[in-house]
Amino acid sequence: MSAPLIEVRDVGRVFNVRSGLLGQPKRIVAVDGVSLRLLPGEVLGVVGESGCGKSTLAKIILGLLEPSEGEVLIDGRKLSGIDRRERAQLIQPVFQDPFSSLNPRRRVRDIVALPLVAQGGASTAEVRSRVDGMLERVGLDPAMGERLPAQLSGGQRQRVAIARALVMRPRIVVCDEPTSALDVSVQAQILNLLAELRREFGLSYLFISHNLAVVEHVASEVAVMYLGRIVERNDAESLFRDPRHPYTKALLASVLTPEPGLGIPETGLGETMPDPANVPPGCRFHPRCPQAVERCGREAPETQLGARGLVECHLVAAA
Amino acid sequence: MSALLEVEELDISFGALSAVRGASLEVRRGETHCLVGESGCGKSVTALAVMGLLPRNSVRQARRLAFDGKDILSLDEKGLSRLRGDRMAMIFQEPMTSLNPAYTVGSQMAEVLVRHRGASKRAALDRAAELLARVRITSPGMRLGQYPHQLSGGLRQRVMIAMALMCDPELLIADEPTTALDVTVQAQILRLLADLQKDLGLAILLITHDLGVVARTAHRVSVMYAGEVVESSPVDRLFNRPMHPYTRGLLSCVPVPGKVRRDQPLGSIPGMVPHVTQGFEGCAFRQRCALARPDCSGPIGRRRPEADRVYLCQIAPEEMTVS
Repeated sequence: MSAPLIEVRDVGRVFNVRSGLLGQPKRIVAVDGVSLRLLPGEVLGVVGESGCGKSTLAKIILGLLEPSEGEVLIDGRKLSGIDRRERAQLIQPVFQDPFSSLNPRRRVRDIVALPLVAQGGASTAEVRSRVDGMLERVGLDPAMGERLPAQLSGGQRQRVAIARALVMRPRIVVCDEPTSALDVSVQAQILNLLAELRREFGLSYLFISHNLAVVEHVASEVAVMYLGRIVERNDAESLFRDPRHPYTKALLASVLTPEPGLGIPETGLGETMPDPANVPPGCRFHPRCPQAVERCGREAPETQLGARGLVECHLVAAA
Repeated sequence: MSALLEVEELDISFGALSAVRGASLEVRRGETHCLVGESGCGKSVTALAVMGLLPRNSVRQARRLAFDGKDILSLDEKGLSRLRGDRMAMIFQEPMTSLNPAYTVGSQMAEVLVRHRGASKRAALDRAAELLARVRITSPGMRLGQYPHQLSGGLRQRVMIAMALMCDPELLIADEPTTALDVTVQAQILRLLADLQKDLGLAILLITHDLGVVARTAHRVSVMYAGEVVESSPVDRLFNRPMHPYTRGLLSCVPVPGKVRRDQPLGSIPGMVPHVTQGFEGCAFRQRCALARPDCSGPIGRRRPEADRVYLCQIAPEEMTVS
């Protein structure tokens, strides 16, 4: 088996947030004991609902946030020991909102060129030709390089963000909700583009999304996060065909596929919402779990690692 | 029986920009009519036009706009506001922007009944508690005393729905009511709306960009593109046999679990939505349409291939195969 490109080992991240002047500081556990690997050529999908810690995890992997505990290895080396320039050649982000992740005062050409210029060493002509080539590759006329982000549509802006990420020819791209702000016809264009680029440049993706249909379409491996932990992980086909954790089941059952006549699913989840400032004892999903038994509120389930991936649930028999 | 809401040939413009052109739709009692389309297609302004809530810089024209058989085009602001919140109510995507952060849930809900029906504060609060229970909020008494920021997104949307039901409306207009919510909460809220519809006989006009929501909730669907209703159909037939090339393209863009394989590209629609200004002629989809032909830049006819279906296109159903 080839060495993982990303290895996350027991990573945790806690935020201490004070609400209001006199409020008690709250301890928010955003990520808690997460381990995962991204192998070369894979697309690892991370799914979960708001507040599950998936974006915090992405920031830690990108080196934008320090983990409170644990470590991240990129291509076998500690992330903290890799300098920024080298890191930029290994791993690049594409974020959800191309409206806020692109500098509004800079021309598209300069936005895409920035990582190259920051690295130094390339001549102006070289930078220009690489930027033009990359703009063309993501489906933008190089003439658009003269425009400002505000003069582009949402889909075009996301193409700019992709061009900026790929101009360094990184090996890994972390996509954090890359199509969530886009219309469905534009989403399809961007997903198709990401798939083509992955094959062409031999990229590996960490693909974070709340949209399970999108993740099923792109991912080879999927991790399901709930309140900071990965509660289930498996190859994509098995996970979608045979979900084992009750949360994964509820999540999949909630997806409204465009098939009329099926009605609206009953999730059985109740109205309690997960709160990272108040992680329940025992299994963190037990207050919402339709199958919870007494033990679930008392004892945290062990991580069952096996040939069939990972699952954390008292009710799932070890395989 | 005539429809509860009838919209015929609605036009809305903002200066030179034509936001809605010739849109027609009907919502019947006890039925959910989904208005679906992508950003900027005119679906939300259509709803606002029905409610008489369009911004001042807009112009609204229609051949007919009627509620329960009565014309509402000519109603003045007073007449409209009597209708709004009473016989028709609206909920929005982000309940936080429509709930007042400075007032408790109870006082905001009660105000609706006090204002529209002259109810006493006491009676209005009782009704509010009853409705909170009805939208499946546990311990409604406690929730009445809470402020909107103390509630989760899903709970806030339930409160909005309960508030919209205070005066027993006959029509509920819901503009992307679950777009800001997680999928598990979305399923809960949509189920609640469907149950309320069954119990109360509500007519619902649901505005959404999500074809999954459409498939699972609608009885009837109108697809909007660049300001026009390009296709209108009962839900099953729309998904099983879409007619308009835009509807077909849109449906092919959606990844369907278990249907589209990894590494197999999704369908997509090339190009972008055009800006439509006044005096625009022809089909607004023609530059992106694989079936476009010269007569698509002239006046476009309405086709009625089957009972209850209509689409706006030059091309007959039997010619609808891409070679």
